[in-house]
Amino acid sequence: MFLPIAYSLQPTAYSSMESISLWASTFFYLFSFSSTLLALRTKQLRPGRFSFVAIFLGVVCQSWFLVLRGKGTHACPITTLPEMLIFLSWAIGWFYLLIGSTYRVSLMGAFTAPLILIFQSIGFFFLPPAVVTQHCLNSWIETHAALSLVAFGALGLAGVSAAMFLFQEAQLKSQAPAPIFHFLPPMQLLEITTARLLWLGLVLLTMSFVAGALSGISISGMKFWISFLLWGFYGLLGVAQQARRLSAHRFAQGVVLIFLFALGVLFKIA
Amino acid sequence: MNIFCAGINHKIASLSMREQAAIHDREMATVLEQMRKIDGVSGAVMLSTCNRVELYASTLCPLQTLQGFQKILHERSGEMLPLYHHTTPTAVRHLFRVASGLDSMVIGETEILGQVKKAYMLAAECGTTTSPLHRLFQHAFRVAKSVRTETQITRGAVSVGSVAVELAEKIFGKLDQCRVMILGAGEISERTARSLQSRGVRSVIVSNRTYERAAALAAEIGGMALHFDHWEKTFLDVDIIISSTGAPHAILTVEKLKPLLKQRQQRPLFVIDLAVPRDAEPAINKLPGVFLYDIDSLQQIAAQSLDIRRQEVVRCESMIEEHAGTFLKWLQSRKKH
Repeated sequence: MFLPIAYSLQPTAYSSMESISLWASTFFYLFSFSSTLLALRTKQLRPGRFSFVAIFLGVVCQSWFLVLRGKGTHACPITTLPEMLIFLSWAIGWFYLLIGSTYRVSLMGAFTAPLILIFQSIGFFFLPPAVVTQHCLNSWIETHAALSLVAFGALGLAGVSAAMFLFQEAQLKSQAPAPIFHFLPPMQLLEITTARLLWLGLVLLTMSFVAGALSGISISGMKFWISFLLWGFYGLLGVAQQARRLSAHRFAQGVVLIFLFALGVLFKIA
Repeated sequence: MNIFCAGINHKIASLSMREQAAIHDREMATVLEQMRKIDGVSGAVMLSTCNRVELYASTLCPLQTLQGFQKILHERSGEMLPLYHHTTPTAVRHLFRVASGLDSMVIGETEILGQVKKAYMLAAECGTTTSPLHRLFQHAFRVAKSVRTETQITRGAVSVGSVAVELAEKIFGKLDQCRVMILGAGEISERTARSLQSRGVRSVIVSNRTYERAAALAAEIGGMALHFDHWEKTFLDVDIIISSTGAPHAILTVEKLKPLLKQRQQRPLFVIDLAVPRDAEPAINKLPGVFLYDIDSLQQIAAQSLDIRRQEVVRCESMIEEHAGTFLKWLQSRKKH
């Protein structure tokens, strides 16, 4: 996720096919989110039916966009902040498809779709599209950047799962849970899901750092230390959770907070 | 050809009446054969559960079928039982309602569908089903499935025991690794423990001021008895506490639990306080990882679920109406041919 400094940006509009694929994926994510909301309101929720299919179609459209963009820019489509946000939301979508198909965590789609929508909307609607004039691109740095974003896709979904844990915990602590608690997965399952996604993200992040080191390109002190700090925080959280030195509540809070911190710094250093 | 239905259920007959009318599986073949010998009856299915004894028949003479059924029940029970009876199309709707759990004592219960299926299978084995009955029952199974999946009629638990199970499952997921401790061998705690046992909890420890009572209950439910003075020592190993002692003051306090929780390696603790006055200090719910539910909150959740189910009845009825219409159309077309 941390790009070499020697890039210069040139504003350019998305091609019509790129725009169509982005509009379509936005529509599918919006459809997934709103259909779940509607189902919850009318108490006719059948988890997994709409969310999963709609997110799948959204991911397919995003994939199409990334292919077109990659061909157009002759690079992995993660060279600008809008592209990175779209790539990140695409990675979150993929991880959801991998684990959300399980019936018991399928309501995750209701929590994942808004997160994907936010990233996609910021990337597509609020940031001007641009292309990068490449000065020092090599395959290792592209691997590094792509792996970082995929890792943050897993960590983002870990954040979603942790948020669901905190929500379910609050429901159960209230002693008078709202009907939605019937549809949410058990707390222990959410804790396990969060931990697995965190470790997956951590492994991918480590691999991205190795790829970054192999690229031979030096990165600034701030980027290095922030990356190291994030990696360290996630590692500490994972180890503390495994060793049962941290309550499930604190673990979930930690995963959500670190992901929010990572998002904050993404805007600063990307 | 008419679809005919007659019987007694929990709404019109007392338990003793239902006991007298009940037909055991081993007697089913004889009773079905007796039914088929009645003039006009071509096929019969008999549904006998703890809440109902019902006959579903395809017949040309509904009145004779009713009289015949009444006679058979009279011979079995020795008294004239007050039977309700329906013919097409009401009989069709009635079976659909029964199979969907709308006619059950606890609205939306799902056990009845299995019982209806079993009744049909028994009749099929005895060779007393006909084409209209086959079609009717297959349709009833489809209706019940649709009602269960497309509405909230089975949503939520409606008894204290099942609410406790549902909450435990939302905290721990699968209960097969959970250990339960009963403090105070009361009737509701026993029922709640049994509900948890039905979901496969790992072990149950019973602790009571009178050790003999604890031992008796433990023997009954396959648990382990423990002297009341020692319950705190096993606290570290348990995940669920069901408390219903007659103590005049709280025995599960923040002061007592806080130091013990530190040694539990962050494992959650579910406290079900069924005692009045309460055994658990309300403030323990604020401790990290502790989930406290008293009898009021459990009953409130049960009432909420029951309310949701009642609200769903209208939707279920309209689905049943739709399916009944389809079946009746088929029956009509059959008559024409």
